[in-house]
This record gives sequence, C-alpha cells and structure tokens, in this order.
Amino acid sequence: MEAVRFDNVKYSYREDEDTFAVNGVTLSIEQGEFVAVLGRNGSGKSTLAKLINVLLEPTEGSVQVFGMDAADPDLTFEIRKNTGMVFQNPDNQTVASIVEDDVAFGPENIGVPREEIGRRIDFALDAVGMQAFRHATPNRLSGGQKQRIAIAGVLALLPKIMILDESTAMLDPRGRREVMEVVKKLNREQGMTVILITHFMDEALQADRAVVMHRGEVVMDGKPEEIFARSDELETYNLTLPRAAYICKKLRAAGMPVGEAFTAEELAEEICRSLQKA
Amino acid sequence: MQIVAKGLTYTYDAKSPFAAQALRGVDLTIDEGEFFGIIGHTGSGKSTFVQHLNALIRLTGGSLQVGEFDLADKKCDLRALRRRVGMVFQYPEYQLFAETVEKDVEFGLKNFQKELSDADRASAVAEALETVGLDYESVRGQSPFELSGGQKRRVAIAGVIVTKPEVLILDEPAAGLDPLGKKELMELLHAIHGGWCKTVVVVSHDMDEIAENCTRAAVFEKGKVAMCGAPADIFRRADELAEMGLDVPVTARCARILRERGIDVDTNFTCDDFARKVIALWEKGGEGRAQ
Amino acid sequence: MLNDVTFGQYYPVRSFVHNMDPRAKIIFVIAYIVAIFLADNFFGLAAVILFLLVAVLLSRVPFGRVLRSVKMILFLVIFTAVLNLFFYAGESAYEPLLQWGIVRITWESVVNTVYLAVRLFLLVLGTSLLTLTTTPVSLTDGLESLLKPLSYIKVPVHELALIMSIALRFIPILIDETNRIVSAQKARGADFDTGGIVKRAKAMIPVLIPLLVSAFRRAEELSDAMDARCYRGSKGRTKYKKLRFTWRDLVGFFYFAALITGVVLLNVYLGGRFEFLAWILN
Repeated sequence: MEAVRFDNVKYSYREDEDTFAVNGVTLSIEQGEFVAVLGRNGSGKSTLAKLINVLLEPTEGSVQVFGMDAADPDLTFEIRKNTGMVFQNPDNQTVASIVEDDVAFGPENIGVPREEIGRRIDFALDAVGMQAFRHATPNRLSGGQKQRIAIAGVLALLPKIMILDESTAMLDPRGRREVMEVVKKLNREQGMTVILITHFMDEALQADRAVVMHRGEVVMDGKPEEIFARSDELETYNLTLPRAAYICKKLRAAGMPVGEAFTAEELAEEICRSLQKA
Repeated sequence: MQIVAKGLTYTYDAKSPFAAQALRGVDLTIDEGEFFGIIGHTGSGKSTFVQHLNALIRLTGGSLQVGEFDLADKKCDLRALRRRVGMVFQYPEYQLFAETVEKDVEFGLKNFQKELSDADRASAVAEALETVGLDYESVRGQSPFELSGGQKRRVAIAGVIVTKPEVLILDEPAAGLDPLGKKELMELLHAIHGGWCKTVVVVSHDMDEIAENCTRAAVFEKGKVAMCGAPADIFRRADELAEMGLDVPVTARCARILRERGIDVDTNFTCDDFARKVIALWEKGGEGRAQ
Repeated sequence: MLNDVTFGQYYPVRSFVHNMDPRAKIIFVIAYIVAIFLADNFFGLAAVILFLLVAVLLSRVPFGRVLRSVKMILFLVIFTAVLNLFFYAGESAYEPLLQWGIVRITWESVVNTVYLAVRLFLLVLGTSLLTLTTTPVSLTDGLESLLKPLSYIKVPVHELALIMSIALRFIPILIDETNRIVSAQKARGADFDTGGIVKRAKAMIPVLIPLLVSAFRRAEELSDAMDARCYRGSKGRTKYKKLRFTWRDLVGFFYFAALITGVVLLNVYLGGRFEFLAWILN
C-alpha cells in the first residue's frame, strides 16, 4: 500500500516570491519502507517532511497520506495520528516534566480512554527501551535518551509512519546509535514506514532507499548503495561519500580491483580479496 | 602559549544532592603550535576542562598554567587571558545578538581593545569576516538573524577570532553542519592555525575528523585523561576505545580487521594515507608476482 | 551564575507528601499560610514550625534543600527587617533601646522584626515544600481541577494550566541556556560584574537578546511538535492521570485542622506577642 504520495508539490515560505523550498516534487513511498532523505542544509528536506503531516500545506500540487488528501482540513487530525514526527532538538518537543506524562500527551489529545493510555505508555516505553525511566524527569536524561522518549511520545499515537527530521543531528555517537537501533527495530519488527532525514551517510546506508534533495527537487532516488556508487553526481550536489566508499574509489583509481564497499567491514573484505589475488 | 594542567578537579553543584564530579584529576599538556583534539563522551568532563582554559570555570582544585597566566592565582588578569585564549562554544550562532553583523563581530574588539580607532576596528572586522569566508561589504549591514544557519555560524566564529587569540578553543564547532560545511570549517581552522593563532584545541565526537586534522589528541573518560598522543597511536588502541563505548575511524576499524587476517597497514588513519598505504601494499604484491 | 535558583524545582523521591493529591496540598498550603498569619505569639509560630518540620520529615526532602529556598529571599527579609527595626512607628510601653534622630529601636520593634522575619521564612519554606514535593505537571493539574468552576464563566482554565506547566518545564532549560550565553559573552570580553547600574543593565543586552531569540525558536519548534502530536486544545481531550483523594489527604486534613485549632487556642490562652513581651520583661 502507498503510504505517502507527492504529486508535483511546490512550497514557498513567502507568498510573494517564486523561490520554492520544495520545487515540483513527485514521490511515492510504500508502507513499510525505510527511506533516508539526504541533501545539504537548505535543500528542502525539512519542508518536505512537514508537508507530510500537514504542518505545512503545499502551495501547488497535492500530498496524500494513505490516500487521504492533506488539503482536506477534516483529515488533518487523522493524518497526524498516522504520521509521527520526531524533531531535531530533544528539549523542544517534550511538553511534560515527567517521562510518562509526556508520552501520555499524544493519546490524551486524541481522546484515548485512561486505561488504554496506560497500556500505550507501556508499549511505547518498552519499544524504545526506556521503561526504567518512566518516572524520571527528561531534563536529567542524555540526549539519546531524550530522543528515545520523543520517539515513545510519537509511538503512543500508534502511527504507521515515523518521520525523523534530523533527529540525530544534536546527539553524540552513542546517542545516535541508540536512536538508530530503535528506528531500525521499529521498521523491521512492526513494519513501521520510516522517513529519516539525515546528514550522516552511515545512517543513510541502513535504509532501504535513499532520496537526495537539491534546491527543492528530488535529484537522486534509489538504493543507498546505488546512490553512493554515483559519486561524481553526488559531488555536484555537495554531498560527500561515506568514508569507506571514498577510500574504495581511491583504490580503484589506482587500478586496484576492488568492488563497492560502504562500511569498514566491507572495505576490509574487498582489500583482503584484491591483495590475495595480487 | 603552553597549557599545563596538573591534577585538575571540579565538582558541579557541590554540596547539593545533584553534586557531580566532572573532573577527577586531569593531567594534560598542550604545547604551543598544536592542533589538539579532545575526545570523549558527553559527560566525560571535556567541556568542563576546556572552560577552565580561559577561566570561564574558575579553578577549584589542582593547577593550571596557560602561558604566563597562573589560573590558581586569584589576581590572575582574566581580561588579558581571555583576549589571548578565544573560545567558540557549541552552536555559537545562538549567541548572536546585535542588529548588524558588523556590530556583532566587533563586540569582542570593543571589550578587549577599547583604544582602537574606528578605522582599525572596521578593518579588523573585515579581516575576520573574510577569514571565515564572508564578504565584508555585503554582510556587514545585514541582521545576523536573517542569515542562513551556516552563515550564522561563520559570523559567530568571526566574532571570536576578531581579536586574534593565540589559542583558539572550539567545542564541537561542526555539530549540526552538513558534510561539506564540516569540511569547509576544518579548512578554515587550518587556514588560521600557524599564523596569529598558534594553537587550536578542538573538542569533537567525530573520530575521522580527529584523525584527519589533529597533531595530538586526548581521550577523556570519567573526568580523567585516559589516553593522550598522536591520533595514530590512539586509534591503534581501538579495543580500549570500544570498551569506553567510543567510535574509532572507519580506517582504524578496517585496519583492525585486516590485521586479524595478517595484513598490516601502517597508517596514520586518515583516509588518504590509508588508501595510499593499501595501494603500496598491493603494488608490492604485484611486483612480487611479476618477479 | 544562576545555579542558586532552586525554588520550585521538584525533588524526585517517593514519600507520604509526594503521594498526596496536589489539590489537597494546595489547600493545605493555603491553610498553612492562614495559620502563619493567625499565630500571634511565639508559641503559635513554634507550633507552625513544628508542623513544618514534621511535614519536611515526611516528605524525605533533605532539610538543606528546603532551606536553600530561603537564600533567594534573604536580602528581601533583611531589608524589610532593618526598616522595621529602625522605623517602627507604634507606641512603646518601655524605654527605647536606642534613640538616634528619627531612628528608634524599641522592644516592640525588636519583637515585630523577629516576627516578620520568621513569618516570611515560614511562608517561603512551606510553599517551596509544595513545589519540591509536587511535579509541575500535577501542580498545574491540581490548580486546573480546583479552578475548573471558572471555565463555566469562559475562563480558559485548561490552556492557562498548560501554559504554566510548559513554562515550568522550560525554566531549567532556559537557565542552562543563560549560563551558556553568559559564558560565551564573557569569553568575548563582556563584563557583567563592574560599573554602575546603567552599565550593568547595558551589559545584559548581549545575553537577553540571544535568550529571547532562542525562546522564540523553542516556542516555534514546540508548537510544531505539539501540533504533530495532535494537540487541539481541551476539546475531546482525556486525562491519563486522574486526581484522587486518598487516606493520606484525609490525614493531612486532620493535621492542618489541628494546626489551625492549635494556633487559635494558643492565641486565646496566651495572648498576643506584646502581652508575652510584657510577661517576660516584668
């Protein structure tokens, strides 16, 4: 089933100008897909994300979420229920001062009965591995933990799509790993559709599909491995290769018979093979 | 200016139930001329340590000498110290305040060098802005709040380097930037390093960044310096780093796997050097076969 | 710089007091304040202190932590106390202890000053015990529930309560942020500690503006996050935590009823503070 559909969508932050933050995007995302969205700062990634859950409405074109038209104000609530969104700054998306109260915020908003809210908190905190912090205050948690709480707050609405808008950008490597583990697990075990906006190429490698945005347009779309194999093209969009792929490229340029490698393990494998051949 | 810390200790919220000992005896020497990296988890004490270097956190235990400044001395001239030791905080763009870029950048000059003439000040501001890659004439009159995120960060850095500090400390200067922005920032630091800016101290989570840029680095763990040395020496101890839950550069991880398979790549763990060394190995192997 | 702001910060332990209904606690604090002002002699105040001590013990909040809240108003108390001590206008039944121009210290002014100081301290200690043992969320829940009747006359009680709880949640974050900005500007040579009041006020501009900008940015992001989580006001909203009075609140009720009765009885049988003074001096 199609989870998200963009048809020639344009969006401009200023009505009087024709500079579009999102400029004619046509895109389809299937339910259960794990899509990474790459691009420089200001390439329109976040705007794209906000168009999905109707935080913004397209200037032109149409956005559909599970067949629901985002332009229909009567469906806004239903769309938001189905699309959870986690933002960049963990401090600015927590409403309450106690973890469980914050997770309850979403279900309270949509009128879930009290006993059911309790069950949903259990489910959401278990899913992100934060049950032990149920009564803690978010202020004293690490960045990665805060983001996991933010994910739990979104999960409690039982969405089918989860959008992460640079949610790992402010975290340290440990925090980033924590969040990525949770996201991957949700995608694998619950079939959650994940849209991950990120600058980190190694995170994009963990997705099924990568979309590159440049000046408001989708310029590349495919498996991450395929995208990173087109390194010259990536460079024109000011994106860098994952370091392992960069080394690989250098080796190949020197004539070494190495295949594609994107992680340290793959690179070691390739080097080993070509050295043994030699 | 040489930086020598001995037995540095510091506790936040001492005497409260939330008392947290951030530094537990830090011994570290950073020589003049280094491009020094500081690695560690959030909470390992690295930010607390660097804030001691220009007395934003006052010394409470141990000793710290920064050039001729003895930080244990209560009468230490903090203004003179801060003028010569610049500090760029995390997300420095959040400290912009003035109505124009020019006024924001000259803030430090006005505080530290009151005697400067208007013309000298303007030329210093121009130089700082050009250094960070912005065109003085076109941005000077703009509001810093209307710039893009990357430009804001540049203006904020210009506001620190405008006084030409001999030691420049940066706390995760590249956080939140896209890969190209990160690369440009590091190039900027190298451009000023070696001129008036003699020493750069950079706190970073990005191990590849450390491997590629630093002359030496220190690993902070639980308020102490756990390792200190050239990046190559640090990343050779990948197992210990992993034990601390820290990453190692891709090259180090790769080299470790290769070593297990009997292939020794003697590299300093930068991508280019690593590739060069692997190619050399391969060519040697090729020659062997040809003979 | 702002590390001393502890007033109003929840102290996370589990205790008898923590587990009480926030509505009950708010009512009890009001009763406690009434008791402070009813108490007209030192025995009455002693009774209030005793009650407070027991409450603090039951709350398992360390005494030092509760006392820290007093630090913030110390200056205010000293200031008013000094004024009171030197410029007490009332008639005195005794020889002045000191007479120097318009400054006159009498036995009555000494008694009054001590009284005032003790009352102010008790006031702050008691209310801070409320905020130390009640999370901002349940505090606002309690207020919302107590003020609910007002929503029938179109007062937006739910919205006000939400605004208050968000404000409380962001206080520690903004304090951290302020400290960071202050440090950053100090590193650029800003001087916050010298000069007259005008200079100092001007020196705060490079701190206040970034703080304001950041508060707006946070507000914008938070409102997006709330929208994304389907917030649309109190309409059709349920509540996860339902307030329920328990046996603890009943105990509390009798405890405070006893306090007020006790204070009134002490007033009646032992008289006001000046009668007590007369009794001691003669």
